[in-house]
Amino acid sequence: MQAEHVHHEHPIERMAGSKPHPGRRLALEIVTFILFILFMMPFLIVVLNSMRTNAEIINQPVGWPENAGNLFANIKSVWENPTFNFLNALRDSVIITVLSLAIISICSAMAAWVLVRNKTKWSNFLFMMYVAAMVIPFQVVMFPLVTWFRDLGNFLHFPMLRSYQGIIFAYLGFGEAMSIFIFHGFIKGVPLELEEAADIDGCTRAGTFFRIVLPLLQPVFVTVLVLNGLWIWNDYLLPLLLLGAGGEIRTIPLAVQGFIGSFVKQWHLIMVSTLLAMLPIIILYIFAQKYIVQGMVDGSIK
Amino acid sequence: MTSKSKRKLTEGLFLTPTVLAFLVVQIIPFIYGIYYSFTDWTGTGAATKMVGLENYIKIFQDKGFLHSFLITLEFTILNVIAVNVIAFLISLLVTSEIRGRNIYRAGFFVPNLIGGIVLGSIWQFIFSSILPSIGQALNIAGLSKSLITNTNTVMFTMVTVNTWQYAGYIMLIFVAAIQGIPKSVLEAAEVDGAPYWRRIRSIQIPLMANSFTISLFLTLTNSFKMYDVNVALTNGGPTGLWSKTIVNSSELLALNIYNTAFKYNKMAQGQAKAVIFFLVLVVFSVIQVSWNKSKEVEM
Repeated sequence: MQAEHVHHEHPIERMAGSKPHPGRRLALEIVTFILFILFMMPFLIVVLNSMRTNAEIINQPVGWPENAGNLFANIKSVWENPTFNFLNALRDSVIITVLSLAIISICSAMAAWVLVRNKTKWSNFLFMMYVAAMVIPFQVVMFPLVTWFRDLGNFLHFPMLRSYQGIIFAYLGFGEAMSIFIFHGFIKGVPLELEEAADIDGCTRAGTFFRIVLPLLQPVFVTVLVLNGLWIWNDYLLPLLLLGAGGEIRTIPLAVQGFIGSFVKQWHLIMVSTLLAMLPIIILYIFAQKYIVQGMVDGSIK
Repeated sequence: MTSKSKRKLTEGLFLTPTVLAFLVVQIIPFIYGIYYSFTDWTGTGAATKMVGLENYIKIFQDKGFLHSFLITLEFTILNVIAVNVIAFLISLLVTSEIRGRNIYRAGFFVPNLIGGIVLGSIWQFIFSSILPSIGQALNIAGLSKSLITNTNTVMFTMVTVNTWQYAGYIMLIFVAAIQGIPKSVLEAAEVDGAPYWRRIRSIQIPLMANSFTISLFLTLTNSFKMYDVNVALTNGGPTGLWSKTIVNSSELLALNIYNTAFKYNKMAQGQAKAVIFFLVLVVFSVIQVSWNKSKEVEM
C-alpha cells in the first residue's frame, strides 16, 4: 500500500515503468545466467571428464583435463567396445523410433478421423476406452505382456520378443491412446465441407482421408511426433522387458545401462558413453528446436 | 459392393490397427494382470491356481513395500514442490526483459531431452565423486562422502536429478501461459503503479491457474511413476533400517514392483503391487477430473 501511494505522487516515475529498468534488468540477467550455468554444469562435467584419464579422475575428481586429446582415445575405446557397440545401438534406436512414430501417427490419425466423423454409440465407447486407458500405468501390464507376447509369438511363429516387430507393435499399443486423443481434438475443428466436396467429386473414403484430411493435420502431427519420439527414444523399461538386457537388438538406453554395469567406476569411459548417447538428440534439438518446444507445449495443454 | 458398404469397410480397416494393438498390448495384458494378482502365477507357462487375496495380504505385510510406498509419497510431494517452484521462478526470469531470453528457454529444456538412464549415470558421478571432492577440499562434513550411499541424503539426490530434468519442461508450460496473458492487462497494472511482485501475485498467477493445474498433475503422476533415474542413480540403495526391518532406502514403487517380480521371483506378488499402484493412479486422475470440473463451473 505504501509503495502504491508513493508512485501515485510521482506521475513521471509512473511513465518510466513501461521502459526497461536497467538496474533491475542487469540483476535479473545475472541471476538467470548463474542459474543457467548451474543447469549446464552436468553437461560440462561430462565433456571435461570425457577428456581425462581414469587416473586423473581418481586422483582429483574436480579438475581440468591435462590433455584434451585424450577425448579421442576415450571415444575410440568406448566406440570399439563390444559391450557398448554404439553404432548398433544407434541403428536399433533409430529403426525402432522411426518406424514406431510412422505407424503410431498414421494409424492414430486414421482411427481418430473415423471416430470423429462417425458419431455412433460404438465410436463414443471406443473413444472413452482410449481416454480411460491413458490412466493405465505400464507397471500393471508389463509382466503379463512379456509372457503373453512370448506365447503369442510361439503360436503365430512370428517372434514378438527380442524382435523389431514386437516392440514396434507394443509402442503402437502404448502410444496410440494419447495420439488418438490429440488428433481427435484437432479433427473436431476441421470443417466437414472439404470432405463433402471430395465425396461429391467421387473421391473414395480412403482417398478423402489421405488427400484432403491428412495434409490438414500437419500442425498436430508435430505434437504427436515430438511427444512419442522423446518417450520412445529415451524409454528404458519396455525395451528391457521386450528386447532383454543382453539381446541382439539393443536401444541406446539399454546399451548405456549395460556398459555402465560392466565398467563400474571407470568414470572416464562412462562419461564418454553418456556423451555419445546424448549427442544424437542434442543435434536433432539444435535443428528442430522450434518444433520440439512447440510439440511439448501443445501436448501438455491437450 | 454398394458405396455405403464400401465406405463402412474402409472405416473398419482404418480402425483395425489401433484397435488390434490396443487389445493385444493393453487390454488383454491388463485383464491377465488383474487375474494373475489373485493366483500363484510364476511367470512361466505352468498352470496357475487361484489363491484369493493371499498376494494382497502378503504385500501389505511386506515392510519393504510399505516403506517403498511411503518414500514414493515423500518423493512425490518433495518433487512436485521443487519442480513447480523452480520452473515457475525460471519462467518468470525468461519472460522478463532480460536479453537472450530465447537462448535461456531453449537451454533450460535440454535436460528433458535426455533419458533417465543417461542422466542418472551422470549424476551418480557428481554425487559420488565430484561433490565429495569439493566437500573435502572445503571441509564441509555433510558433503565429504557420497550423497548416494547415505540414507539421509539419498532422497535429496533423487529430487535434485528429477527437478533438474523436469523443471525445463514445466517452465515451457508456464512460459506459454505467461505469453497468453494479454499485454494490456500487465501494462495497465504497471501504469497504475503496481509493483513487480504485486503484478505477479495479483495478475500473473491468477491468470495462469489453468497451467498450474496441468503442471501439478503432470509432475504428480510422473514423480509417482519415477523409474529410470531411480535405477541408474541409486538402484534402490543403500540398505537402511526402517520399522525394525532392513529396507532399500531409495527403492521407489516402480522399482520395488520390478524387483519383487524379477529379483525375488515373486511374480504374483509383484503383479498385486502393480494393481495397487494402478489404483493409486486412478485416484489421482479422479481428483484431477473433478478438480477440472469444479473449475469449469466457477467459470
